Amino acid sequence: MKKRKILTLLAAALFLSLALYGCKGDTDSKSGTAETQAPSSESDSLGEPVYGGSVVVGITQDLDSLDPHKAVAAGTKEVLFNIFEGLVKPDEEGNLVPAVASDYTISEDGTVYTFILRDGVKFHNGKLVTAEDVIYSIKRCAGLLETTDAEVKVETALANIKEVTAKDEKTIEIVLKEGDIELIGYLTCAIIPCDYDQQATQPVGTGPFKFKSYQPLESVELEKNAEYWDSALPYLNEVKFQISSNTDAAFLQLEAGAIDIFPYLTEDQAKQLETTFRIETGHMNLVQALFLNNKAEPFTNEKVREALNYAIDKQGIIDMVSGGKGTILGSNMFSGLSKYYLAELEDYYPYDVNKAKELLKEAGYENGFTFTITVPSNYQFHVDTAQIIVEQLKQAGITAEIELVEWSAWLEEVYVGRNYQSTIIGLDAKLSPRDLMERYTSTASNNFMNFNSAAYDEIIEKAIKSTNETEKIEYYYQLQKILAEDSASVYLQDPPLMVAVNKKLGGYKFYPVYVQDMAHVYYMEE
Amino acid sequence: MKRKRKGSFWAGCFLAGLAILFVGTGIFYTPYDPNQMNAALKNTAPCWTHWFGTDNFGRDILSRVMAGSRTTFLIALCTVGIGTFFGIILGAITGYFGGILDKIIMRMNDVLLAFPSLLLSLVFISIIGIGKYNSIAALGIAFIPSFVRVVRSEFVTQKEMDYVKNARIMGAGHGRIMFVHILPNTFSIVASAITIGFNNAVLAEAGMSYLGLGVQPPDASLGRMLSESQAYLFSAPWYAVAPGMVIIITVLGFSLVNEKR
Repeated sequence: MKKRKILTLLAAALFLSLALYGCKGDTDSKSGTAETQAPSSESDSLGEPVYGGSVVVGITQDLDSLDPHKAVAAGTKEVLFNIFEGLVKPDEEGNLVPAVASDYTISEDGTVYTFILRDGVKFHNGKLVTAEDVIYSIKRCAGLLETTDAEVKVETALANIKEVTAKDEKTIEIVLKEGDIELIGYLTCAIIPCDYDQQATQPVGTGPFKFKSYQPLESVELEKNAEYWDSALPYLNEVKFQISSNTDAAFLQLEAGAIDIFPYLTEDQAKQLETTFRIETGHMNLVQALFLNNKAEPFTNEKVREALNYAIDKQGIIDMVSGGKGTILGSNMFSGLSKYYLAELEDYYPYDVNKAKELLKEAGYENGFTFTITVPSNYQFHVDTAQIIVEQLKQAGITAEIELVEWSAWLEEVYVGRNYQSTIIGLDAKLSPRDLMERYTSTASNNFMNFNSAAYDEIIEKAIKSTNETEKIEYYYQLQKILAEDSASVYLQDPPLMVAVNKKLGGYKFYPVYVQDMAHVYYMEE
Repeated sequence: MKRKRKGSFWAGCFLAGLAILFVGTGIFYTPYDPNQMNAALKNTAPCWTHWFGTDNFGRDILSRVMAGSRTTFLIALCTVGIGTFFGIILGAITGYFGGILDKIIMRMNDVLLAFPSLLLSLVFISIIGIGKYNSIAALGIAFIPSFVRVVRSEFVTQKEMDYVKNARIMGAGHGRIMFVHILPNTFSIVASAITIGFNNAVLAEAGMSYLGLGVQPPDASLGRMLSESQAYLFSAPWYAVAPGMVIIITVLGFSLVNEKR
């Protein structure tokens, strides 16, 4: 009799699960239709800010160091952004605005930077920021101190600094070896007190929040800096960064209401939270592309690369993997770097299968060809994109095969070894176009797509050397055009960044760099 | 007592038949192209046009389960085939001849048996690389030891039987005795080893693909589908249910059939 019982139980379990998913399906198809509507810009209709309150922000990485000059992980910098500030700091449009400095000038030739320190900026320990502190901080970042701490991550771009001197109590002068107006982007490095050695355990900065406590693998707690130089900020009294081991764990906490703000949702998770949270959508500031190895057959042929560009429906990919919220890219630059971004390239290659077939015919691949897309298996987003590309390319008679590899194997084989045909990955960058574009120089060590163009090499050198803003922008425009015209790769999209925000909160801002700015977040008047 | 056994056997036949019918149909016909994507139909709940719903690419899950179970069954069959073939040869030789060769092969066999077959296949995969055919080879190798053991023990008992001695007196060669005289007599044991092995192979393939080491996207297999559906467990639960059910029905069916004794 025992066996029959087991069978009955199993049958019951099967039917139950069927019945259950039947119910769930209904509710979901409803939210599915809501999703297709254009996201409303709710931020306009938000209520008036009130001061006070505390929020919990979910993050998925533990901090690698509390010392801002020792931290390397992006996941740490997004937290420390609230405690520390540099002479200048980025704003949400990607411009650099004065912070500890109230004003700065850069000489015509880009060799001398002069900063005027803001009056009355205090460290969290109550001391005023002096010129000495600033010099110490910049030298520490640039590795120019006499006794350097081996753990400090020296910013290589700052190696160009010849000397940092105080003209008077309020004026700092930085002299460079060679003119470079992009160096300002690196002077966001944190200003810390020169006579304080507890940064790694009890960090002290000038930011809108003070460090309160840190429990490894659990949380970082911050409290309001009442003496912040901008007296209007911050709104909140306390911020807690809660560390979850993974997005799934964080997701459960979100559903339970234990987290108020959670960045980096998947499109699917965002859909599920739509009713209980406000989902804000920004840009991830990545260049996601099907990178082609320009030295591997058949991609040595420019016509084949062009054909691929026509044969891939970028909007189709965005609709599928990004819920229609990504931004189409036409070159190796994302819109976050608005000053340098050339938007007209977005539709340089419209989706046109016939054109692709024509080009293939011209290139001698009348019957299509077969190639491999190597994708790192830990990035489901890229794996999904690859699957869609495989389907799309079938229309043009091209057969693509997906090869999943581990991240370490990807780095070794593709990124360093350059032993691949094509790959899908997202490239990120600092607030400097140079970071994104320099890799296409034929000699660059990270030019894993083996792009080679004499014109490109020539222009990028001019672009880097140029000290005239408009001229520089023009050069970067030209570089983007070359990448698009030569079909260096198939640039796909800048994926959307979806953040769940408690409906009572306002003021969440997206930055073109990887930070969580809590200073502008506030509770709204009921 | 007798009726109870029969009941579970027929239930097993029914479920296994269902699974085979499902896979058999999948070879010739699927309602849609299993890789056909459609953004408008993303994560559609089961309905009349898509009986099992659609996945995150708007692909028809029923078609994908059909194509996927075809792949899974194919891999499982090949795996069991490799295991049975080498298992019979090695088991027959060691069981029939005994001696030092038997000791060496069986001790090696014990070493391999000490590892779970999935772990063993992982080792082979890391050596020969990822892919559908590689996973057949890896799983096949991992399945040999258990078959060797079963066949050998049968040969050890059978070779002492009178009919074997008779055959030898009549001058039959060793090869003929092993494969013409003894082998048919081990059929019932080997057959049940094959059904159990098939079940394990289905599960092992699902496990491998679930870990991303077996069938590569966009091809479907039951394990691959389970792995992909995991991210949508809450928003599209039907995605996981379909491949899961096919695995349950198959394994349950074959197990019950096998319990007839």
